[in-house]
Amino acid sequence: MSLLQRTPLYEAHLKLGGQMVAYAGWEMPVQYAGKGLVVEHEATRATVGLFDVSHMGEILVEGPGALEEVNRLVSNDVSKLEDGDACYNVLCHENGNAVDDLYVYRLGPERFFLVVNAANTDKDFAHLQRMARQPERITNRSKDFAQIAVQGPNASALLARVSPGEAIGLPRNKIRVHDFHGANLLVATTGYTGEAGFEIYCPPELAEPLWSQLLDAGQDLGVTPVGLGARDTLRLEMGFPLYGHEMDDQTSGYEARVGWAIKPKKAGGFIGGEALLRLQAAGLPKKLVGLELLDRGVPRADYPVLHDGVAVGKVTSGTHSPTAKKPIALAFVPPHLSALGTELAIDVRGQAKRAVVVAFPFVTPGSSFPQ
Amino acid sequence: MNIPANLRYTNDHEWAQDNGDGSYTVGVTDFAQDSLGGIVYVELAAEGTRVSAGQRFGTVESTKSVSELYAPISGVIAARNTDLDAAPDTVNSDPYGAWMVRIAAESSGEFEALMDASAYAAHTAG
Repeated sequence: MSLLQRTPLYEAHLKLGGQMVAYAGWEMPVQYAGKGLVVEHEATRATVGLFDVSHMGEILVEGPGALEEVNRLVSNDVSKLEDGDACYNVLCHENGNAVDDLYVYRLGPERFFLVVNAANTDKDFAHLQRMARQPERITNRSKDFAQIAVQGPNASALLARVSPGEAIGLPRNKIRVHDFHGANLLVATTGYTGEAGFEIYCPPELAEPLWSQLLDAGQDLGVTPVGLGARDTLRLEMGFPLYGHEMDDQTSGYEARVGWAIKPKKAGGFIGGEALLRLQAAGLPKKLVGLELLDRGVPRADYPVLHDGVAVGKVTSGTHSPTAKKPIALAFVPPHLSALGTELAIDVRGQAKRAVVVAFPFVTPGSSFPQ
Repeated sequence: MNIPANLRYTNDHEWAQDNGDGSYTVGVTDFAQDSLGGIVYVELAAEGTRVSAGQRFGTVESTKSVSELYAPISGVIAARNTDLDAAPDTVNSDPYGAWMVRIAAESSGEFEALMDASAYAAHTAG
């Protein structure tokens, strides 16, 4: 018996030739037969990709005081959000290190929708229950939602054919309700690819019809189902952190270079905020950098980073960028070796390959949200 | 899945071709390239390197994974396909044309012991 969970789209993936793998306790497609990682990646940058991300966790915070409660628990300033707005956040331990990274959507004045990483859903929920002033107002609603991401230059054109509505044409970080055959979809202008597009939250029973209709309606728009393999290379080209790689229980959001989403001085502060201020004042022990390999080869997670032949850090994520067509990596290095242009090396299975610190995002996406 | 009848095969999805002069040309199969996905880098041992059957002679890297290459036959690497340096993706498009190394063999017995096409077809079907 398998203990892996399946999304409502499991059968749809098999029908499309999805190569299923275990990921974060779920059975998910890593790529699809006849397409493959590179084709799926390129389609997302050039036309439109369809992703099953139903494994992600959804947590709802509701009721009087919900805004103050959420703002005390997460790193960004949620008080700045209006109804239908969203922002990226880090959920922090009291020592400032990351429990998870997450998106917070304000659905209403007393209704906040938190979307967390699949592997961390139970850990996050337990943390929120422990830290909250009114834990009874926080519920894990992961079983009530499937999620489909529609990402790429043709995402708006595709969604307009299947579920037209207010979210189409909005800037990034908005969420609106769309109609789909009489039912409600939550349609957000967010994503994890760097492209313009949508993340659509729906009841599980609507996932299959929504997925099928998006695929059928988008044939002339170049729609392609995209597996977790290309989801990872797309986010890595943008330098977006992946929890467990660039961020974890021993690493803070500052080290992972998402300080723009950390507001320790916001009114009321947040759990972990004071520790983060102290950490920043004391100097960070390590810093995330982009690396480009100058020699041939492919950097991978956990390969040592060398300086003058001595191990000084490690690769957190690496691949051969399908867009830039060169080997790229994110890596932790000591702050004094993090300046752009710093010459380092990566130990690729015993061979020191030359690398240089470069800025990330590593590529320019194929589409952007309206401003 | 394309499995030419004139080649022999290993459990690890390399193919070998008998050149009739005591040397054998080696690459990876259609099954292997399909499993690996887009190949972005092929690293091969230098000419003159001595390899034993089953010993590593290089690596193939795709965007998602890295796989070792194992010599089907013992001998000395007489040539390596330097075209793959610039065009590793030809392993995907033409796995039996995109050869990797030519091995000058110590004996012919090891080639005969490799799987023939029908045995390899059964191996990949399992």
